[in-house]
Amino acid sequence: MAAQHELKSTWITIRPRWLSFRLDKRVPKIAVLILAFTFITLVFSISYGEYDISPYEVVRTILNINQDHPDYANYKLVVHTFRLPRIVLAFLVGAALATSGTLMQGITRNPLADPYLIGVSGGASLAAVTIIVWVRDVPIGVLPWAAFVGAGLTALAIYTLAWKGGKSTPIRLILIGIALESVLGAVTTVMLLFGNINDVQQAYVWLSGSVYGRNWEHVKALGSWMVVFIPAAFLLARQLNTLGLGDDTAKGLGLRVEWQRGLLMLISVALAAAAVAVAGTIGFVGLVAPHIARRLVGPLHEGLLPVSALFGGALLVLADLIGRWAIAPSELPVGIVTAMIGAPYFLYLFYRNRNQQ
Amino acid sequence: MSQLNAHNLTLAYENALIIEGMELTIPDGKITALVGPNGCGKSTLLRGISRLLKPRGGNVLLESQDIWKLPTKELAKRLGILPQGPVAPEGLTVHELVAQGRYPHQSWLQQWSPEDERITHEALEITNVTEFADRPVDTLSGGQRQRAWIAMTLAQDSDIILLDEPTTFLDLAYQIEVLDLLHELNVERGKTIVMVLHDLNQACRYADYLIAIRGGQINAQGEPSLVVTENLVREVFGIDCKIIPDPVTNTPLVVPVGKARKGRLHLPSLNGKHAEPVQNP
Repeated sequence: MAAQHELKSTWITIRPRWLSFRLDKRVPKIAVLILAFTFITLVFSISYGEYDISPYEVVRTILNINQDHPDYANYKLVVHTFRLPRIVLAFLVGAALATSGTLMQGITRNPLADPYLIGVSGGASLAAVTIIVWVRDVPIGVLPWAAFVGAGLTALAIYTLAWKGGKSTPIRLILIGIALESVLGAVTTVMLLFGNINDVQQAYVWLSGSVYGRNWEHVKALGSWMVVFIPAAFLLARQLNTLGLGDDTAKGLGLRVEWQRGLLMLISVALAAAAVAVAGTIGFVGLVAPHIARRLVGPLHEGLLPVSALFGGALLVLADLIGRWAIAPSELPVGIVTAMIGAPYFLYLFYRNRNQQ
Repeated sequence: MSQLNAHNLTLAYENALIIEGMELTIPDGKITALVGPNGCGKSTLLRGISRLLKPRGGNVLLESQDIWKLPTKELAKRLGILPQGPVAPEGLTVHELVAQGRYPHQSWLQQWSPEDERITHEALEITNVTEFADRPVDTLSGGQRQRAWIAMTLAQDSDIILLDEPTTFLDLAYQIEVLDLLHELNVERGKTIVMVLHDLNQACRYADYLIAIRGGQINAQGEPSLVVTENLVREVFGIDCKIIPDPVTNTPLVVPVGKARKGRLHLPSLNGKHAEPVQNP
């Protein structure tokens, strides 16, 4: 009986009349903690800069309750037009990449998979570099769309190539993904080698990933994709859990494995491509956030997906703040900061695993 | 009329034909063991009748319905499968694993009904894994882990359970533990169990019905004590053996002749009704 009692203690069960749902007990607590952390970071991030605003006034400006303040007009401009949109965008990009990475790791049953596994970054980079270095003089608004199309086409090509005998095994996806990514990387490098030096520098900034100078239009563009695809991912959490038990077991449980895997991959690619389109190829968030989230709330996706998304968002808001602060008045692109945080984390993981075995 | 049977079943991988035109009937409410040498097609057959492998010809029927025409979840409610050597995601607890057996009974609105909870707890109890319900599957011993997976298949609440070599990679004690559990499920819960087994003696002990396969064909089938003969073992496994009654269960016990230590063996007669114990030097 004691054991039975213990069983119930790890889950929250929600059961109104026609609905039933369960969630790991840790999820709400951790979600609230991450949100609180994000909000504090956001306030400090808005407050920090060449034009300093006190955190207190930042909160009042966000809530629009300090209209009688003498500097209100300046505050409003700096907060609402310059700083808030880029920070909100950083949060959305982080959340999109983390969700995409969680899906990809679930689909491939490989904890080292990331959102860029099936060519999103290679395809987007090649398209963006082609536009920046070779087409030139195109309106800046074209860049996200080109990146998105490049990402989508590459993902489609990899999925098609990995299809064999009516199915696509995770290992084929990984191998073909790596191969095609290398080819695209090589072509991108060649383009950069022979480009005009100023264009190449601009391309490098895009390639390292940044939210510098982004506005509410970018937030809207990414947000409209996320409104569709994030809930779609959450709705498929149980299917993703089942897929994690292996193809045969999943089929035995009545899951239509190929169809679900294709659908989940589409969602993952759409989220990663949308994020890359507005902010360039920011690395490590999609790899690290699911990892840490898994350690916080376990491997079931009902809890893992939201916690991973929130953590990815928080991480990118923090990384953006560090990027703005580290070499002020210059700025480090946020993608460089995530790499500087992410790479040591992974070295630590490998080190720890090696010592365990 | 048996629930699960196959007609004119042809199974193949890419261009290798494994089984051709097989007729198969699985007896209801019994333990059936599929035995045969490596590569004979026993695992392929199990995959064929569990919808893991699409037949190239013929069909597999469950209560006269083609299993490929049933909705996937509908089939999963009636037929559970435990593949060989399944691997759980890192950190997944036993309770979480077993709860996933409820997948075919759930929907978007009903993700964790009182019934799901009740049957999951029951599956944990029956397989005796309740005490490690909150431990990650990857920290358990081989036997405990396999019991947890059987609990998951049990939570699926199907009348038929198919298992591919459920005792492979397990120590002897765990093999017996798992087979005893399957026997209990059959006797006490009336589950129809079909399993691929490597060990012919274990098959003789635990199966009510034995299907011996060689080269993609059924060589013999029936109650082990009637089917297992020295001739059959020679034909199917290609070895000479003696068959004696199992001192514990009285089922056939296959003792391969082989070449090792023959000098020390003292066999009473070629008919082999009983054997003297072999003394270790």
